[in-house]
Amino acid sequence: MSIRTITFDAIVVGGGGAGMRASLQMAQSGFKTALISKVFPTRSHTVSAQGGITCAIASADPNDDWRWHMYDTVKGSDYIGDQDAIEYMCQVGPEAVFELDHMGLPFSRTEEGRIYQRPFGGQSKNFGEGGQAARTCAAADRTGHALLHTLYQQNLKNGTQFYNEWYAAELVKDAQGNVCGVIAISIESGETVFFKAKATVFATGGSGRIFASTTNALINTGDGVGMALRAGVPVQDIEMWQFHPTGIAGAGVLVTEGCRGEGGYLINKDGERFMERYAPNAKDLASRDVVARSMMMEILDGRGDGPDGSYVYLKLDHLGEEVLHSRLPGICELAITFAGTDPVKEPIPVVPTCHYMMGGIPTNVHGQALKMSGGHEGEDQVVNGLFAVGEVACVSVHGANRLGGNSLLDLVVFGRAAGLYIEDALRQGMTQYEPSDDDIDAALSRVNRWNDSKGGESVPVLRKELQSTMQNHFGVFRKGDLMEEGVEKLANLRERIANAHLEDKSNAFNTARVEALELDNLLEVAEATAIAAYNRTESRGAHSRYDYPDRDDENWLCHSIYDPRTKQLGKREVNFKPKTVDTFQPKVRTY
Amino acid sequence: MKVSIYRYNPDTDREPTMKEYEVDTQGKDLMVLDILALVKEQDESLAYRRSCREGVCGSDGMNINGKNGLACITPLSEVAPGVKEGKKPLVLRPLPGLPVIRDLVVDMGVFYEQYEKVQPYLQNDQPAPAIERLQTPEDRAKLDGLYECILCACCSTSCPSFWWNPEKFLGPAALLQSYRFLADSRDNATEERLSRLDDPFSLFRCHGIMNCVSVCPKGLNPTRAIGHIRSMLLERGV
Repeated sequence: MSIRTITFDAIVVGGGGAGMRASLQMAQSGFKTALISKVFPTRSHTVSAQGGITCAIASADPNDDWRWHMYDTVKGSDYIGDQDAIEYMCQVGPEAVFELDHMGLPFSRTEEGRIYQRPFGGQSKNFGEGGQAARTCAAADRTGHALLHTLYQQNLKNGTQFYNEWYAAELVKDAQGNVCGVIAISIESGETVFFKAKATVFATGGSGRIFASTTNALINTGDGVGMALRAGVPVQDIEMWQFHPTGIAGAGVLVTEGCRGEGGYLINKDGERFMERYAPNAKDLASRDVVARSMMMEILDGRGDGPDGSYVYLKLDHLGEEVLHSRLPGICELAITFAGTDPVKEPIPVVPTCHYMMGGIPTNVHGQALKMSGGHEGEDQVVNGLFAVGEVACVSVHGANRLGGNSLLDLVVFGRAAGLYIEDALRQGMTQYEPSDDDIDAALSRVNRWNDSKGGESVPVLRKELQSTMQNHFGVFRKGDLMEEGVEKLANLRERIANAHLEDKSNAFNTARVEALELDNLLEVAEATAIAAYNRTESRGAHSRYDYPDRDDENWLCHSIYDPRTKQLGKREVNFKPKTVDTFQPKVRTY
Repeated sequence: MKVSIYRYNPDTDREPTMKEYEVDTQGKDLMVLDILALVKEQDESLAYRRSCREGVCGSDGMNINGKNGLACITPLSEVAPGVKEGKKPLVLRPLPGLPVIRDLVVDMGVFYEQYEKVQPYLQNDQPAPAIERLQTPEDRAKLDGLYECILCACCSTSCPSFWWNPEKFLGPAALLQSYRFLADSRDNATEERLSRLDDPFSLFRCHGIMNCVSVCPKGLNPTRAIGHIRSMLLERGV
């Protein structure tokens, strides 16, 4: 072991919304904070978020109440979101959103000069009794872009130290499993460095690239989940993957739910507004899992259009050119570029597309990573030194199905919460765990494996096979025997990936090496997803099985916990104890 | 179809070369980024940046048959007549005027430094209210065409004034962001922002040739923003 060590109070891995909100908090307070990102931060996937950030700021409706937002979120989660965490997010949300405005985020405005809010799916007033709410704060249809740039700008102002285009490859932990930092590689020079810190915050985002068709950026390869699993940290509810109803057919590019919020709706090949049959009240603004499944039923029943009957349409032309160009300008651009259709004139061909990982590293509301005392079951234990925020984390505010606009809120609320907690802990004197040379060597072994590879299959071939396995065996509808086959295919892929070849061993900006290291992470996420999905014998939220079509509250009103060391799936209790409101009891979920 | 790509690896090459590849598009009108992915399947040593693949992250700015653009939203049919049909090669080079790290990857350091110089963050020394700072829809509309910049550098690296003086002339991207904050009714650092631009180079090296406007993949107009700042500086001088 003879690599350089760089020491910080805290390091944040990932430069999206959650990571930069966390780093901003700590940098503002004067702590030595580094942000390590494999891309320049404004290239992170938060930039692609369109429709907005859902929060009861009481602009569209002066009587809006964060408790209504909480009710919607609990119901949306199909009752396995933790109610203490959801309560915290919805209650603190307005403060976090007003801070974004004060930082300069260019929100769209109402005539009163307040932040513009639009309706989104699964939103209601008065605990589901008062009709559709408009609660999603928007900057046209570029809210993620506006948010990400604003946070980057604030980090510049406050002196966060950026390590841009550095790839975090592995967690470094001591013999007791305490986290000491990460191994990261400078993509530009190839130098490998140990970043040592008292707090390591994972904000590495999602992993939609395990599927062949996804709205996710090419960089969303589950690096944080991969690193955690290899370090023996479990993941929670990892079988819960959201398929967004409106990905552009073929390209997979996202079309915001805000389109339906503004009055757009879905039609089948006969021009029928079919959501009226599946969700008579909320119709096209039912929650995403419900809409995605309804679309798939239409397609499977032969009412899809196109050469293979494989898509339906999102109709927007009735909204008129002015609304489309002022409220949804980015969508008009994307539809013309990727579907060849101008939404002002024609409907956009759309299909449910992998979009969001509800599961992830289990954490408490401070972002502290948790493990179970008995591996996949037992008491919660904090993983010392490790935090997770944003999509990589499962705190869990989304449960089995995330509501639109709740991910941006999750990012800023829990990025901020982790930052606040770490600041406090650092002030009180946080322990720096010290790894031995052997611990660091162990963390380097994966990088060395690829660098020493002498022959074998290539990365792109194996990646494609992994993605098509996930697409075909773990899609919108799932089935036991098909999943079992998928699990076997992934076991086979694990062996082949362990023997795969990196031909390009050069140092300067070697993107082939990065893609090889990413493939290991894709495999970890895919396998955890597959095993968890196969073992959760019910249908809940986004997890929908032909062979177990009903929700089973008796056995599965709980989180799943996947232990990477034994590959066993255990159960963890959902929190039903909010601090300031009564528990929302599980009910039959209809829209 | 034929693809010709600028290749340079500092570890092994003394000078850059153009390397030819043959790619089968099956007659489809693919995006330039799709072509790069097909080439990388043949030759993993090819280096380029990419992330969102939908024109919003700004990673894959490059010079495509002589014009700067984003690979992910440039279909072959829009590159030049005959490229999609395979009659003419697709020619890919790094963005001009910046040092090349490897292949299509340029060192964006000076570009980001110029961005940082305009203090690209809201400044307001008044205490913040308990809710958002109010802004009329009309004032908010002044930010349209400014805040959407994705920092891809297509504009600044197509600007001869930036090629000549990359350290002294801020370039169109940074100036667009400068105006984004000058135009924001919530920002009150106007005077300081303007005084930082009031020298012969930072802004006044723009000669209005509008290369930036013609290449911007987001359809933004840095020249107009520069014109607005120019007027503000002139008014201030009177």
